Amino acid sequence: MSFVLVQVIVGGLLLGAVYALFSSGLTLVWGMMNIVNFAHGDFVMLGMYVAYVVYTLFGGGPIFGAPLATLVLATLGVVVYFGLIRGIMKGPMLAQILGTFGLALLLRYSVFWWFGANFLSLPQDIVGGTYAFAGLRVEASRLLAGIVALLVTLALHLLLTRSSLGSKMLAVAEDATAAQLMGIRPDTMQAIAWAIAAGATGLAGALIANFFYIVPTVGETLAIVAFVTVSLGGFGSVPGALVAGLLIGVIESLSGYLIGAVYKDIVVYLLFLFFLWFRPQGLMGKS
Amino acid sequence: MRRLLWPSVFAAFAIAYPLLLSSPFQQRLGALVLLYAIAASAWNIVGGYAGQVSVGHAVFFGCGAYAAMGSYAKFGLSPLFGIPGGIVLAVGLAAIVGVPTLRLSGHYFSMATIAVAETMRLIVTNTDYVGAAVGLSGPTVARNVFDLSFISALPYYYLFLTVLAITLFITWWMTNSRMGFYLRAIKDSERAARSLGAPASRTKLYAFMLSAGLTSVAGALYAMMFGFVDPESGLGILISVKILIMAALGGAGLLFGPLVGAAILVPLEEISNNVLGGKGAGLTFVVYGAIIVLIARFQPGGILSLIQRHLRKDARPAGQGGADHAP
Repeated sequence: MSFVLVQVIVGGLLLGAVYALFSSGLTLVWGMMNIVNFAHGDFVMLGMYVAYVVYTLFGGGPIFGAPLATLVLATLGVVVYFGLIRGIMKGPMLAQILGTFGLALLLRYSVFWWFGANFLSLPQDIVGGTYAFAGLRVEASRLLAGIVALLVTLALHLLLTRSSLGSKMLAVAEDATAAQLMGIRPDTMQAIAWAIAAGATGLAGALIANFFYIVPTVGETLAIVAFVTVSLGGFGSVPGALVAGLLIGVIESLSGYLIGAVYKDIVVYLLFLFFLWFRPQGLMGKS
Repeated sequence: MRRLLWPSVFAAFAIAYPLLLSSPFQQRLGALVLLYAIAASAWNIVGGYAGQVSVGHAVFFGCGAYAAMGSYAKFGLSPLFGIPGGIVLAVGLAAIVGVPTLRLSGHYFSMATIAVAETMRLIVTNTDYVGAAVGLSGPTVARNVFDLSFISALPYYYLFLTVLAITLFITWWMTNSRMGFYLRAIKDSERAARSLGAPASRTKLYAFMLSAGLTSVAGALYAMMFGFVDPESGLGILISVKILIMAALGGAGLLFGPLVGAAILVPLEEISNNVLGGKGAGLTFVVYGAIIVLIARFQPGGILSLIQRHLRKDARPAGQGGADHAP
């Protein structure tokens, strides 16, 4: 394998870890409440703008931007849950999809209106320069994003499978009424799920803000990436999202390098449609 | 006969409108309302009646728009000749997307439609044959009447009115056919409908294909009126958004819902564009987003179902509602 190809694959894995991080939020909410958040990509976009504002106003790097973005988005997640999701969860399919889709527009064009349609970017060197490992060159910002995203995704998996909070959330996902009879409040658990899901998008957004283009419409692309990841990994599964996210990161990077940068999104979208045709249950799901 | 009273009053008003309000701006506005009403009524067949929420209808709109402009730009024919091609393209695409996704839960369908529309927009933007980012233009000066290139909006108004009438007739006919009964059963409970032998996936697919074909006609008409199409105006997500919000605001699953939605939102957007200029673009869609959220949260049936409920409360003994009532 040529050396450049290794470089491309490493870049894809690092980005894929971030995809995995925000996709696990989508998969968590979908698995638990059977709601697909069409505004999920726009949550990530908001995370990027929080990081941007933190840098331009206070000169703070991701050390300040990432926790703040996580906090802001987690709060937004709770607000969205109580303000919107709780009301449409039991409603018709039309209301569910319109609700989060309308939210996506509202967020996207509020940012568009406030910041304009221009591509913004943060200086690459906030985090540090470029590291070289055995001839591989990796930018510090991408390395940081990839490693933090990977660790947080794993932590999320442990939280959901090994902690009592995770068991309670699983119980609500299985049967909200039965869980309530056992003294678990479904409302609280679902609000926590939204806080975690949205917090993950905030963190992911702040992490990629240093090397991604920042533009109000970026959420649309990212939402589709999250859809592909979740449908590949099987809905409700964080480990599935992790594997699928890394895979998509690599596929995207490789197709960008081999076919051309403008075609990398097309390849990912076509992959999604291909999977819906042949394996809608995902890579690891049972048929 | 009481049922036919309001529709005939509206029909009479629709026919007389450009004569009553005859300034070019008003005529253009009327034509645009009808145009979007066609697209939103077409969306209504799959989104309202079949309950499958497409958020990527722009792709079918674009099929029609590109086919119409392509038939002129590539073959020197009247844009009219592109319409059948656009319908075939749209229906074929609907089948490709619908067959796998309509077997699954409705979320997959919505996600697939948004992905298809984006894929198509990206492919067209990067394909020189269809004009890439610049798009395709129609005839600048009409060679004959079949180029359908008019300066006044009046001919477009009556053309669109005719197409809208046909679209609504097809929808009405569909709801009263066997397919309409299947669709209502499926929307109430897909599992129950399946167990009674209603071919659920196939019926939804037919509704989707019908909707796609009609949407492509709307796209072709749009391109003829504006004389050009580019990836944003033909395939952009905002086209999908406009189509969807008009149907949902007016009343998804109601025959005249999309028309009501278009009659409210198109003037609103034109006015806000005129008052706010370029800055209005972002703000308009902030308002659209807020409207969609509010409809979803408080009134998923749309404005018309609210009005109908009030009317029916008043006039209960007079008779049952129309065939177009929401389930």
